[in-house]
Amino acid sequence: MHARNTVWHTAESRRAALDLSQKVRVLCWVMTQPPHLESRTQHVRDTWGKRCNIILYMSSKESDFPTVGLNVSEGRSQLYWKTIRAFQHIHKHHLDDADWFLKADDDTFVVLENLRYGLSKHNTEEPLYFGRRFTPFVKQGYMSGGAGYVLSKEALRRFVKGFADGLCTHNTELEDTGLGQCMETMRVRTGDSRDVLRRQTFHPYPPYYYLPRQLPRPRPWYLLYEHYDPVEGPGCCSDLAISFHYIDAVGMHTLEYYTYHLRPYGYKYRFNPDNK
Amino acid sequence: MMSEGSSFMKGLILGGIFCLVMSYFETFNPGVHSESHQHLHHHLKPLSKDELQKLSESQMSELTQQVRVYCLIMVTPKLLVHWVTVNDTWSKHCDKSVFYTSESSKAVEGFDLQEQDEWARLRKAIKHAYENAGDLRWFFVARPTTFAIIENLKYLVLDKDSSQPFYIGHTEKSGELDYVEYDSGIVLSYEAVRRLIEMFKDEDKCPERGRALWKMPEEKQLATCLKYSGVFAENGEDAQGKGLFNKKSTSSLISDSMGQNPADVVEACCSDMAITFGGMSPSQMQVLMFGVYRLRPYGHDFHDSLTFLPPKDSDND
Repeated sequence: MHARNTVWHTAESRRAALDLSQKVRVLCWVMTQPPHLESRTQHVRDTWGKRCNIILYMSSKESDFPTVGLNVSEGRSQLYWKTIRAFQHIHKHHLDDADWFLKADDDTFVVLENLRYGLSKHNTEEPLYFGRRFTPFVKQGYMSGGAGYVLSKEALRRFVKGFADGLCTHNTELEDTGLGQCMETMRVRTGDSRDVLRRQTFHPYPPYYYLPRQLPRPRPWYLLYEHYDPVEGPGCCSDLAISFHYIDAVGMHTLEYYTYHLRPYGYKYRFNPDNK
Repeated sequence: MMSEGSSFMKGLILGGIFCLVMSYFETFNPGVHSESHQHLHHHLKPLSKDELQKLSESQMSELTQQVRVYCLIMVTPKLLVHWVTVNDTWSKHCDKSVFYTSESSKAVEGFDLQEQDEWARLRKAIKHAYENAGDLRWFFVARPTTFAIIENLKYLVLDKDSSQPFYIGHTEKSGELDYVEYDSGIVLSYEAVRRLIEMFKDEDKCPERGRALWKMPEEKQLATCLKYSGVFAENGEDAQGKGLFNKKSTSSLISDSMGQNPADVVEACCSDMAITFGGMSPSQMQVLMFGVYRLRPYGHDFHDSLTFLPPKDSDND
């Protein structure tokens, strides 16, 4: 009779995920506003927010949520100002507290473990940023704001320096295009965030936009900006997806349930990233 | 003259109501039979982790191979999109799945029972499944609006002897009758089905076309026939007592939980080992397929005692 390790058989082992969280530290900042705290941001906090090494909720007003108060007003026209101020705040107060810096919306769902896994192969001292790559407006492309994007430490330094030196300015209201332009100006490269099977990890829309099978067709409107050739149906999305956007409160908890709780007992997953 | 007429009318009406009421109650109370006994096991749970560990590798392997499920999905052409979606998603995880339909459809394959009555159709489907079961010993009956995780179903019945009568799902009570709700899926062991098919022959206790004025839904007719054959409904739940069979969709359950348990929405809502969710739209099923069989956080490893392999020729799991 060989000895049985009870922990081996019963417990869920999170060792690999824990190790990664120490090696690949992520500071998350969530773009939010006072009227959203109860309807949206609370659900971010209750689900994925706590998985960031550091989480900052950026708003126009400071509060006990807690939110960081940026020196801006609210509204769509202020989004790029908020982004600039948020990164300046992070650069000033938290540059050494993390390795990578993620921006997300208050209706973005993020799987931190998969973000860390994707980033683990990259060097944060290199000028790089990752997200869902869109094509127009910026030559090298830019990252969709809603799907979330993540800057290396060097990319953050260059973004802030760009504004300090006047090389980057507030030349648009669109935060993702604006940031993308500054990144290009400051020679920060757009990374490829797709998995080893070339499936997307960051998603600007909810899962039901991408997963249902479609007959071959011209790009629907929500795939028009795609830099890489879009795939519809099961090949749209990596098993180790990192984000989905336009997720409401019910959707947040549902994705939380699907990702971290509901599972098929004993099932051997088809996709094993480390074996490919 | 008038008073005699009105008395007669009153008598007639009262008598008629009395008859209707009596036949109504009869449908819910299949009568006392001498072999009725107190069924002790109303709650059915999977093997505990401790018990699983006590099994040897070969016992585990044997059990895994023995638990094979025949899925009966009861469809109609009206539910074509659901039919196609189930065919493309969870039914691939059954050892055998057959779509029993009221009438055939050119768009997709199914077994045409050519029967419009739901109860008659269910009877025919069950008979056909039993005759074609091969070495499959567990039957799972569902509508195409239900999503099922067959691996978790296998986990639930792993240590249950299919040569014993089992009738499992989400149980409800209607008068004296405990029945399994259809929308959350119905699990039957080989023995339960064998007894059921015997009972089909009894046109009094288990008629094919109901004689009551109120048409009883199939789930209750099924429960009645099973009860006559000594098979009783059991509620499937996990070790914590959470129901594994749900007639509501995931988002509906989450939404309910947000209202009732705002501090602990997911923990309080649903089991990690849930087996079914009802009322799912086709696109919700595609997302759930991804959510169950693919989406996961890197670095969370489970050392389960059983292994189930992905089905062949499938790309969405």
